[in-house]
Amino acid sequence: MTVETILFYVFGILAVVSALGMVLNTRNTVASAMSLVVTMVSLGAIYLLLEAYLVAVIQIMVYGGAIVVLFLFVVMLLNLSTDEFPPGRQRLIKFAFVIAGVVILAQVLIALERDPLLAAQPAAVPNGFGGYRQVAASLYTDYVLLVEMASLLLLAAIVGALILAKRKID
Amino acid sequence: MLPMDHVIALSAILFTIGVLGVATRRNLIVMLMSIELMLNAVNLAFVGFNRIWSQVEGMPVIDGQIFVLMVIAVAAAEVAVGLGILLSLFRNRDSVNVEEVNLLKW
Amino acid sequence: MVDIGTESDLLRWIPLLPLLVATYHGISIGLLRRPAPPRVAALLSCAAVLASFVLACIAFRDLLALPDDARLLVDDVYTWIGAGIGSQALSAEVSFQFDPLSAVMTLIVTFVGSMIHIYSIGYMEDDHRDDKGVQRFFCYLNLFTFAMLVLVLSDNLVLMFLGWEGVGLCSYLLIGFWYSDRFNAFCGSKAFIVNRIGDFGFLIGLFLLFGALADLGHPAVSFAGIRAQLDGLLQMSIAVPAWMPFAPDWKLVNVIGLCFFVGACGKSAQIPLYVWLPDAMAGPTPVSALIHAATMVTAGVYMVCRLSFLYAVAPEASAVIAWTGAITALVAATIAIAQNDIKKVLAYSTVSQLGYMFLAAGCGGYTAAIFHLGTHAFFKALLFLGAGAVILAMHHEQDMQKMGGLWRRLRATRWVFLIGVCTIAGFPPLSGFFSKDEILVSAWASQVPGHTWLYGIGLATAGVTAFYMFRLWYLTFCGECRAPAEVRSHIHDPNGFVVNPLRVLAFFSIVAGVAGLPQVWGDLISIEDSNSLANFLKPALAAVEPHAIEHQTELWMAFSAVAIALLGTGAAWLLYLRRPRVPAWLAAHFSVVYRALVNKYYVDEVYDAVFVRPLVALSDRVLYRIVDAGWIDGIGVNGMARSIRAFAANGLKYAQSGLTQSYVFFMIVGAVAIVSYLLDWLR
Repeated sequence: MTVETILFYVFGILAVVSALGMVLNTRNTVASAMSLVVTMVSLGAIYLLLEAYLVAVIQIMVYGGAIVVLFLFVVMLLNLSTDEFPPGRQRLIKFAFVIAGVVILAQVLIALERDPLLAAQPAAVPNGFGGYRQVAASLYTDYVLLVEMASLLLLAAIVGALILAKRKID
Repeated sequence: MLPMDHVIALSAILFTIGVLGVATRRNLIVMLMSIELMLNAVNLAFVGFNRIWSQVEGMPVIDGQIFVLMVIAVAAAEVAVGLGILLSLFRNRDSVNVEEVNLLKW
Repeated sequence: MVDIGTESDLLRWIPLLPLLVATYHGISIGLLRRPAPPRVAALLSCAAVLASFVLACIAFRDLLALPDDARLLVDDVYTWIGAGIGSQALSAEVSFQFDPLSAVMTLIVTFVGSMIHIYSIGYMEDDHRDDKGVQRFFCYLNLFTFAMLVLVLSDNLVLMFLGWEGVGLCSYLLIGFWYSDRFNAFCGSKAFIVNRIGDFGFLIGLFLLFGALADLGHPAVSFAGIRAQLDGLLQMSIAVPAWMPFAPDWKLVNVIGLCFFVGACGKSAQIPLYVWLPDAMAGPTPVSALIHAATMVTAGVYMVCRLSFLYAVAPEASAVIAWTGAITALVAATIAIAQNDIKKVLAYSTVSQLGYMFLAAGCGGYTAAIFHLGTHAFFKALLFLGAGAVILAMHHEQDMQKMGGLWRRLRATRWVFLIGVCTIAGFPPLSGFFSKDEILVSAWASQVPGHTWLYGIGLATAGVTAFYMFRLWYLTFCGECRAPAEVRSHIHDPNGFVVNPLRVLAFFSIVAGVAGLPQVWGDLISIEDSNSLANFLKPALAAVEPHAIEHQTELWMAFSAVAIALLGTGAAWLLYLRRPRVPAWLAAHFSVVYRALVNKYYVDEVYDAVFVRPLVALSDRVLYRIVDAGWIDGIGVNGMARSIRAFAANGLKYAQSGLTQSYVFFMIVGAVAIVSYLLDWLR
């Protein structure tokens, strides 16, 4: 039981709990958003443990700092009231969903159990693995097209969001 | 060393929670947030696998992390556009209940 | 019979020229909707057939230039069907042959055909019916000529069948030419359907033959190929159930011969498939002359003679042919004596004369059959065209009871018609006498069981033939004119296009006898080898050993034939000229017999009751209403559509509820299923 393993379990449980909190919270939407932030940050911590340093930082900055903030903006802008509990008849459907979810989960876990590769310990990584230098070197040489496409996508998203959210000009 | 199969299992759990959120909740914003959760779970899987297969012929590879960066970019774009749609919807119907968005039918 | 022929490229043009003109007419009428002017169209068609005749003459000259044992011209155009390999190979070529038999047939078809084309120019211009379409008429005529020429020029059974079907089709088209009158269309259909029944027999024969040849290892459909395998075919037989005659097995050549003969019965109007020919008179008279006198109906006779090598070794089948021919000849002649429509008399006369040809063919006198085919083509065409001239003159009146006294009025037509009547009655030295005599001689001399009876039937039929033909003559041309007054004043000869072909045909009716002059007469006038036709055809036809006949017997037979013809003529003169009230008295006192004859022995009614009505009832009530509309349409087509619609409307549409979350649910289900499959859970 190394420190890393313990930290991993801590952050893992934190992520799951806050995820559940986000999904199951029907009273307060802002609270859901806050739970989402906690999940994002825990995941960022787990990335650090997995030696993906740049990705971790970007996760926290972009997800926790931008995306969830965007959610909060919208929530406050719309001044949303609470969500109501679904009527009793739909409980059955929810139950079905839950079963489906459990089935998915079971499948993945069983798949994991069968694969021996995952049980083995991963090899040690060299210095600088996951650091910004290596990411940059790979990103702007092997995957430069991907960068261009991503930028195009973001441009489209910006323009789209602007048009969609704009008030009509009377 | 981290137990890698537990990393993947965590990813699966988070994904399932996200799926349940999308399928169960009626609030559009929470649905969008659940989608984000699903994307995050996938990111975790990517990073985990990248950690496992971190060396190819002696050279370190970080392709999984590159992909995670792309996923984050896409998620950001998607959230922006999604929330824009949500705003328009709200202006038209004054509600973000997904059951009111039901015109795509027979 | 010759095995290797000389190449000749002009053979393919003989059928091709009429086809090209027919195609031109077809395209200009049907596609471009700008047919050629009537005269131009008519002359074009006539030119095509005349050109074929000229080419046929050239080929004939080429053929004569070859030595006796090498008389064969061939023209391979292309391989039409090439299927299978080895002993299952079917190779049907479009390839023409010109041997003496084909030569005779081709010359007859093209010559008589051109005469009739020329006649039609005059006849169809006087056409008062409101169906326009002189161009259509000539298109069909040329198409028919093409099909008939393919039939007689082909060197294999499959191409011959193409021509066989083609003439049947053109017969249908031409009989129902004035189709706005439904009766004519019905007659056309009747002809085609009855023909079809015969064709079925032809096909069965063809299949049996091909199957047998394939079993022997050398499948072929060409006549030469079949002939080469004849010895092997003779050994084969078909097993039949014990209760059938001649059990336990039938020789294959007999079965094949009978099957092909069924086809000939259909095409050449023998019992029991003759019923279409009298009704075919609903078509224009040139059609009756061409198709139902001179060419199409002779296709059956041609086929039997072409396959003479087969029939020569199938004595049972030949016996059937001979007896069927004889009985048909007599029965048709008896029907003819009571008919009042001039064309119907000639139709039954055709059936009767075809019976003669089959009688000869069945008795092994193939040359006699072809000789009679040739002379019959001339005189029957002459008679039909003459009848057409009479009908035109009488303003489309066809009932002989309303004619009479035309001798004084139709000056150009009367002589040629008389020549035709005398020829068919068999008066020497006209050609009909010689050809009929040859047939009777071959019947007497043949090995067919009961051949003397065959001779007797043939002789009796000759008498009846003379009787009804002269009855026709006296009713039409002699005595007082029984037409209504306004018609009587307008009777005149038709135009030159109509009359001149009649003159040409009459000339040939007179002189054609010279071609096949039997040796017995040749000896009388000291000509060696007088039967040039027989000598010419000998390489092409099989030889059947006859009984020996002395010259004396032949002369006696000829004498008795003439005597019986005179008897018939005298009876007709008596009954229709001298004592015109006697026929009516006879009809009243022998009313059963008379009614049976007038109503053609009720054969059509019997067929209608036994075959047609049950079949139509079966087709309509069972096959159409129950099977087609009920099962196939109702359950199959409509039922399937209805069930899919019900399924979609009542079930499937709820999948599109518009609720996003249900869509999500289905996506999840799908993803779960796929992952389960990939994880081997569902396999």
